[in-house]
Amino acid sequence: MTAQRAVLALKLALWVGALAPGIRLVHGVLTGGLGANPIEMLTHWTGMTALVLLMITLSITPLRRITGWNPIIRLRRPVGLFAFFYALAHFGIWFVFDMVFNVRWMLDDIAERRFITVGMAALLVLVPLAVTSTRGWIRRLGKRWGKLHRGVYVAATLGVVHYYWLVKADVRLPLAFAAGLAVLLVARHPRFAAPRPAPGGGRSAAQREEDDVDAERVRIG
Amino acid sequence: MIIRRAPDIRSSEITPESVYVNRRQFIRAATAAGAVGMALGPRALAGEEAAQSQEIPARFARMTSELDEPLNTYEDVTTYNNFYEFGTGKADPSRNSGAFRPKPWKVRIGGECNRPGEYDLDDLLAGVTLEDRVYRLRCVEAWSMVIPWYGFQLSTLIDRVEPTGNAKFVVFTTVVRPEEMPGQRAPILRWPYIEGLRMDEAMHPLTLLATGVYGMDLPNQNGAPLRLVVPWKYGFKGIKSIVSIDFVEEMPLNTWKQQNSFEYGFYANVNPNVSHPRWSQARETRLPGLFKNHETLMFNGYADQVQHMYAGMDLERWK
Repeated sequence: MTAQRAVLALKLALWVGALAPGIRLVHGVLTGGLGANPIEMLTHWTGMTALVLLMITLSITPLRRITGWNPIIRLRRPVGLFAFFYALAHFGIWFVFDMVFNVRWMLDDIAERRFITVGMAALLVLVPLAVTSTRGWIRRLGKRWGKLHRGVYVAATLGVVHYYWLVKADVRLPLAFAAGLAVLLVARHPRFAAPRPAPGGGRSAAQREEDDVDAERVRIG
Repeated sequence: MIIRRAPDIRSSEITPESVYVNRRQFIRAATAAGAVGMALGPRALAGEEAAQSQEIPARFARMTSELDEPLNTYEDVTTYNNFYEFGTGKADPSRNSGAFRPKPWKVRIGGECNRPGEYDLDDLLAGVTLEDRVYRLRCVEAWSMVIPWYGFQLSTLIDRVEPTGNAKFVVFTTVVRPEEMPGQRAPILRWPYIEGLRMDEAMHPLTLLATGVYGMDLPNQNGAPLRLVVPWKYGFKGIKSIVSIDFVEEMPLNTWKQQNSFEYGFYANVNPNVSHPRWSQARETRLPGLFKNHETLMFNGYADQVQHMYAGMDLERWK
C-alpha cells in the first residue's frame, strides 16, 4: 500500500535525521572536532535538538489537518520519543560534567536558577509521556491518553522559556522558537483548527481528540 | 627603560635547546611527510595551521603559571573565546575575523590627561618593553584557561600621558567596523563595546595591555592589535581591539552592565562567594578539562596582590 510505504519512507528519514545530530556529536567527541570545550557543545546541541524535535512533534497534528493525510500521525510518537531522548542526554551531560554527580549541587541549582528550574520541569513533564508512549499504554489509557499527552504543550513551552532565560544577550533565536511555538499552539485552538471538509466535517474538539487516539491505534489494528 | 624579566618564568622552566630543536625537527619532518594530522590528531593539526606563519617560541614549551598550572594550547586560546563583534558562538571569532585589518592602528587618548591625542600604535609600542605574562582567565560563564599573554603594563602608558587629578576612572572603547565585524551588524549589544577600570586598578602592576599571545601578535579573534587583560576580573573586562582610552571623573557604564545590570557589574571581580544569578561562580571548568570541578579562587588567585584595593567594600553589592 502506498500510504504504508510513504510512512515507512518518512520513518526512515526520521531515524536518519534524528540520529544525525547525535552521531555528529559522538564523532566530534572522538575526533576532538568540538573544540576546546566539548561539554558546552554537547550540552548546547542536545538541548537544541530536543527543542527542534519537540517543535516537529507539535507540527504533525496541524500538518495532518492541513494535508488531510492521516498516516502522518504515525510519526508523532517516534519524533516525540527522539525529543525526549535528546532532552534526557542534555540533562545527563549537565549532571555528569557540570554537577559532577553531586546531587546536592544539582538540587541547589534547580532551586536557585530559574532557567534550570524550568528546564528540569520540562524534562519531568516529558517522562510520563515517554513512558506511556507504548501501544499497551495507549490501549490502557484510552481517551485519557490524549489528555495526558497534551503535557507536551507544557514541556515545549517550558523548554523555550529555558532557552530564552539562559541566553546572555542575543535572544533572536529563542524568540524565533517562541514565535514558532505560539503558531503551533494557536493552530490547535478550535477556532483555527477548523474541521476538515472530509471525512469528519463538523466534529467537536473531543471527537477530534478521540480521532487522534484512534489514529495511534491504526498501528495496533 | 627598565627591562623587566617576565615574572612567571623560572630557570627550571626554560626549555633546553636540545628539546626544542628536536621538537622543531619533528614538526618539520611530520609536515614534510604530510602526516601531522595523523600523528597529532585533528585538533593539533588545526593548531599547527593557526601557528603556521610563526612557530610558537620554544620558551613556552614548559611554561606554567605561578601556581604550576599548565598553559592552554595556542589552538584552544585562539579558537575558543567570546568576542561578540564577530558572533556569539565561541568559535565565531576565529571563523569570522579573517577580514579584520588590525594594521595600521591608531589609539585616541583623551579626557583628563595632559597629553591627549591620536597615537599611532607603533609609536606607543616604541617606548615599552613587551613581556610574557602567564595569567588565569576566568570567564563569567564559569570556564577558565591559563594564557601566556604578551604585552606591557597599562601603568607605563598611563604615566606617559599624565592623567590629571580629576582622572578617577579609565574608559576603553572597542573599534566599530561592521563591515569587518559581522557581529556588529546586529544589535546584540550596544556598540561600541565599552569597559572601564578605576584608576588604582588601571595602575595596578598586574593590569596588562596585551599585543600578543604566546609571544606572537594577537590574532584578530583575540582582540588584535591591542587588548586589556585584568586577570583578577571576569574575562569580559578584557576589552579587545581598543581604539580609545579616556580618563574621566565618573564611573563609566560598561557594556555588560548596561546590557543587564542585575547580572553584571562594573567591578566584576572574580568571586566564588557571589553567584551570577543564573549559575554558581564557586566552581569552573578548567579547559581543556571536561568537569566543572575546579574551585574558583577569590580574585582568581590574585587576592594577595589586589584585595587591598577593595578593603571595606561590600563585594556582594559592588559585584
